[in-house]
Amino acid sequence: MNKTMKFGVVVFPGSNCDYDTFHVLQNVRQQETVFLWHKDSDLQNVDCVVLPGGFSYGDYLRSGAIARFSPIMAAVKKFAKAGGLVLGICNGFQILQEAGLLPGAMLRNKNLKFLCQHVYIRIDNSQTAFSRAGRKNQVLNIPIAHFDGNFYAPPEMLSELERKNQIVFRYCDEQGQLTEEANLNGSLHHIAGVINEAGNVLGMMPHPERASEKILGSDDGQVIFESIINYLEKKTGKGRKEARQKVKPVVSPLPPLIGNL
Amino acid sequence: MIDDKTLSNHNLTRDEYNLIVKLIGREPNLTELGIFSVMWSEHCGYKSSKVYLKKFPTRGKYLIQGPGENAGVMDIGDGLAVVFKIESHNHPSYIEPYQGAATGVGGILRDIFTMGARPVAVLDSLRFGPLDQPKNRSVAEGVVSGIAGYGNAFGVPTVGGEVYFHPCYSQNPLVNVCCVGLAEKDKLFFARAQGVGNAVIYVGAKTGRDGIHGATMASAEFGKDTEQKRPNVQVGDPFKEKLLLEACLESMAKGLIIGIQDMGAAGLTCSTTEMAAKADTGMEINLDLVPQREEGMNPYEIMLSESQERMLIVTSQDKVKPLQAIFSKWDLEAVVIGKVTDDGQLKAYFQGELVIDIPVKAVVDLCPVYRRPVEVPAVVRKLVRFKVPGMPPDLDLNQVFLQLVASPDIADKHWVFRQYDHMVQINTIVLPGADAAVLRLKGMKKGLAMTLDGNSLYAYLNPKRGGEIAVAEACRNLACVGAVPMGVTNCLNFGNPEKPEIMWQFKETVEGIARACRQFDIPVTGGNVSFYNETEGQAVYPTPVLGIVGLVDDVATIPSAGFVGERESIILLGENKEELGGSEYLRLVYEEEKGNPPQLDFELEKGVQEVCRQAIKQKLVRTAHDLSEGGLAVGLAECSIKSKKGLGFEVRLNDQIRTDALLFGESQSRIILVAKEKNVGKILALARKMKVKARVIGKTGGKKMVIWHRKKKVVEQPVELVRDAFKNSIPGYFRV
Repeated sequence: MNKTMKFGVVVFPGSNCDYDTFHVLQNVRQQETVFLWHKDSDLQNVDCVVLPGGFSYGDYLRSGAIARFSPIMAAVKKFAKAGGLVLGICNGFQILQEAGLLPGAMLRNKNLKFLCQHVYIRIDNSQTAFSRAGRKNQVLNIPIAHFDGNFYAPPEMLSELERKNQIVFRYCDEQGQLTEEANLNGSLHHIAGVINEAGNVLGMMPHPERASEKILGSDDGQVIFESIINYLEKKTGKGRKEARQKVKPVVSPLPPLIGNL
Repeated sequence: MIDDKTLSNHNLTRDEYNLIVKLIGREPNLTELGIFSVMWSEHCGYKSSKVYLKKFPTRGKYLIQGPGENAGVMDIGDGLAVVFKIESHNHPSYIEPYQGAATGVGGILRDIFTMGARPVAVLDSLRFGPLDQPKNRSVAEGVVSGIAGYGNAFGVPTVGGEVYFHPCYSQNPLVNVCCVGLAEKDKLFFARAQGVGNAVIYVGAKTGRDGIHGATMASAEFGKDTEQKRPNVQVGDPFKEKLLLEACLESMAKGLIIGIQDMGAAGLTCSTTEMAAKADTGMEINLDLVPQREEGMNPYEIMLSESQERMLIVTSQDKVKPLQAIFSKWDLEAVVIGKVTDDGQLKAYFQGELVIDIPVKAVVDLCPVYRRPVEVPAVVRKLVRFKVPGMPPDLDLNQVFLQLVASPDIADKHWVFRQYDHMVQINTIVLPGADAAVLRLKGMKKGLAMTLDGNSLYAYLNPKRGGEIAVAEACRNLACVGAVPMGVTNCLNFGNPEKPEIMWQFKETVEGIARACRQFDIPVTGGNVSFYNETEGQAVYPTPVLGIVGLVDDVATIPSAGFVGERESIILLGENKEELGGSEYLRLVYEEEKGNPPQLDFELEKGVQEVCRQAIKQKLVRTAHDLSEGGLAVGLAECSIKSKKGLGFEVRLNDQIRTDALLFGESQSRIILVAKEKNVGKILALARKMKVKARVIGKTGGKKMVIWHRKKKVVEQPVELVRDAFKNSIPGYFRV
């Protein structure tokens, strides 16, 4: 029997989208998924690491500034250097920036308020491991929920990112236009998601796990998970359609316990 | 002998003091006096309200746990229970809006997870002064960001609630926070210190001098050599609370906890005495072992501190080590500070000396109860008799319609809700702004619906009816998402209960709520009474806030809050009556807060709600919305504004009543249902069967909102214009 991909969702103290991400990967996408505890440094042979949203260590300093020192991050860095896929969502994106795995920094949203709402993002690069299931210029409806999502990078870095096609997602309106109004948090070049030069580490502020089931109003976030699974299947030869349609997992409304003693 | 000044600083009367002496058989020391003072305060002891709160029905079909625990519990089947409660944090939120509101959220979250439930939703009811005053704007900004700051970081979605504005709240803002949690039915935990010899463990944040009760701390004898007092408002740490949640739930799941109670109001005092009293035991603690944030704290301060993010746990001695291991995994302290005893006393040692030795039952159960005098306020008697004068001939109702939609009480609350993470935990399937919020339960067909409601102007003019309507409207909101109401929690915000007029308002309101709850057959499972919402003699309007949780059988049937398709039929359930008393229209156009609020006929109300629920269950309904503030015209406008396609409507009415009352009157027991042509007959038949008046009043579609009355076009506005008025009103005040 074919095995599915194995995903690892990192749990920092203060992570709060960890179970949401776990739920989508394991119960909706039916992939083997494990939690990776911040104090561990073993990645348990996962094929892809996801850093979920939340307020790691309370984010009382700069968002993500403390999380990067945790033992698990040393392992994640090594994994990324070796070409492993790493997805950072929201706080996960901020942590990847702090850890030096992704460029730029996040400023406070331009209206200086926390913003939680559905927004539209446009796929600007559909050739990556995280966006290949989508089309270039495809518009996705995915919510944001952050205080610090205003992407900043110095001009030279920005033009590098543009030149190397590292800007994967941009905030846009429903038609895919890059209007000022659609860029709610004020990000430079409307940046909603960027990828590293090697193409194996992606950070995005919108939450694809919040838009992966129709009942939640949108399942456009599936594009990101579908892309990753797709890419990994090709790369590793693991997993086939039949493996994905195994017996439906028993889903409990209450999350499981997280982290080992 | 304790002097009068010390007593009055502790808000105790001489009679109450004499009772304490009698109960403990000697004069209390200052720390013991402090303990009685806070446990016998209005906030903890319910001394003015208890005689009336007894009138609430406390039994029901779904009930597992009624009043008396940290929160109410309802059985939702499949081995699951919903745990919910509302609390006020009014006074602190005025002094320090951000922290006041934030710690309000923190406190109610702990009430929920101390029972073994994971908090899955927060709702809040907020009342501020009018936004044209800068001070009110700053309070509103602080409160909203405080709620956001705490809830967002903790990771609980804030899914709904209400926001109203009135001058009576300018110096008395109200911040009521309701939390809903989910638990396994056979894994509930209670605040009981069972098992003599068991360990008493302090977990969470360290104790500091923050939050020691203002009234009890300003005593001369006491204050001389203590350093300058901290402000009375506590400071919240949502990160620590999140860790505390995970550590507590993990310890519970692993069977390491026997009894648990959060340290909220009155901190260590309340948790130690209540846990022992409920289990018929006693407790002995060593105050030197209590983790302290600062040096030199005395027993009084340690016992009365309201530092946040702390809990008290009782467990057997052999489970102490594994419990501590879990807390250390979550980077939290868990310190044994004492043990359970069998003598019914709370004994506390400090530097080797016995400093507290009082019977826990006296503290917890023997707080004096008062039946305070009541009196109908003369002014209200006059106001209710007010007759609405005839419509001014030059009044442009089409313009009034726009004005009403933009009135801050009615207008879009997006400015508030988008600061809250309302989606985390990915269960929110009906987002804020609808009649009720709905959460799916992962892996199940059913869902949980919840709403907060309360109209303070109705309650001011006619408190009994105000109480009744608050319950009825909350149930109606639930009906609009197809939910059956299960149970009630309430927060009663009033002025000074020592004034007979205020006490009358309270008594009447409670009677109204009790009556309505019996009519809908739903129990009150607890809540909170907040008195003394009064500044410089100006009390808030009586503000009952009802939190009702309902069960949806199949979340796939839930209709939209906005119009969905073109040329669909708009059906009105219920009747339009000529009722303008207490309406938003009267306040806005006539600048009068007068008249009798609309009547409430329970039979009609129940019928309307049942028709709505049945129609939804049979998948006949595309859109459902209840009518409340602003009446029929505003209700229709809201359906149109919330339509993703921006659909307008055209409605024709021939009711033999004044046009203004038809458009903006707030008659109760009305719901708008929208259905496809082919289903209209079925809905009308359902209504006939249940003897509920129902008729088609128009169609959806077009780009305009149009209402005809007796062949005259009385409202005609472009959807876009009305939507802008609705959406831009509140943000407009904050755009400086």
